[in-house]
Amino acid sequence: MKTNSINPKEDLQAIREIMERSSKFLSLSGLSGIFAGVCALIGAAVAYFILLDSGHVQYDEYLRSLGDSPTNDIRLNLGIDALLVLVTATLGAVYFSFRKAKKAGQQFWTNSTKRLVGHLLIPLVSGGIFAIILVFRNNIELVASVMLIFYGLSLVNAGKFTLGEIHYLGLTEIVLGILAGIFINHGLLFWALGFGLMHIIYGIVMYYRYER
Amino acid sequence: MKNPISNLQKVFESRIRLGIMSALMVNDTLDFNALKDLLELTDGNLASHLKALEQQAIIVVFKQFVGRKPSTTYRATDLGKNLFRLHLAALEELIGNQ
Repeated sequence: MKTNSINPKEDLQAIREIMERSSKFLSLSGLSGIFAGVCALIGAAVAYFILLDSGHVQYDEYLRSLGDSPTNDIRLNLGIDALLVLVTATLGAVYFSFRKAKKAGQQFWTNSTKRLVGHLLIPLVSGGIFAIILVFRNNIELVASVMLIFYGLSLVNAGKFTLGEIHYLGLTEIVLGILAGIFINHGLLFWALGFGLMHIIYGIVMYYRYER
Repeated sequence: MKNPISNLQKVFESRIRLGIMSALMVNDTLDFNALKDLLELTDGNLASHLKALEQQAIIVVFKQFVGRKPSTTYRATDLGKNLFRLHLAALEELIGNQ
């Protein structure tokens, strides 16, 4: 299959197509993971020490037996806390990964990126909706478990389109989620482990493997 | 003005080799099956092109075992990348001249 002398334009197109098609999503920076993990730990600390008054507010029993406003306040604050963590972590992740791609002279928002995000979102959004359903049904004790499991599933799903480490992170989150379902009164602890510690570990590993 | 054709690399005269190098420019390493799926080639065809590229030090091969499965991965050498960039530049210049 000879080429060049005939049609350089086609060659360049072929080259570009193969590059697009083959590119694993290298742009996700290890620093994003560390940042996300730190955000999650801060969020968990705020939840524990401030919102739940250092454990004086028993996570599930208290919140289930009380019918009205103090419970709703706490629930709302926890929800806001989690949401803030999510937003900050995502913004940070995008920032660090964008910076990394720029440094390598690559595009951040490629077709691979789009595919990755799409596949991440399906389990993630389903899990989010289910978690909200649980909150409305007063099954708050299962929320941490559900969040971890669905998050792990979304990572395993996304792992097909990017570097393999995400696959193992996903499996770990699923296991932590299952444990959080078993040890129901320690939901916050598992949440902190899964979203906090594991992300930091993952971020460090990724950084040392690919960015140093 | 230097003739751009002189920078076209003979080793990339095959579109398959061009494809292999393109893929290895944007992925640190790729294994045999990934290349095979990407370029839609038969085992033998891909293997012979990879061999040729390896012989010219354009790519390096790593053979290892993942558990009990043999795994062969390929990586572009610095020489390979530089030659590819030269080749790309030549192609772009040719287009510019058309």
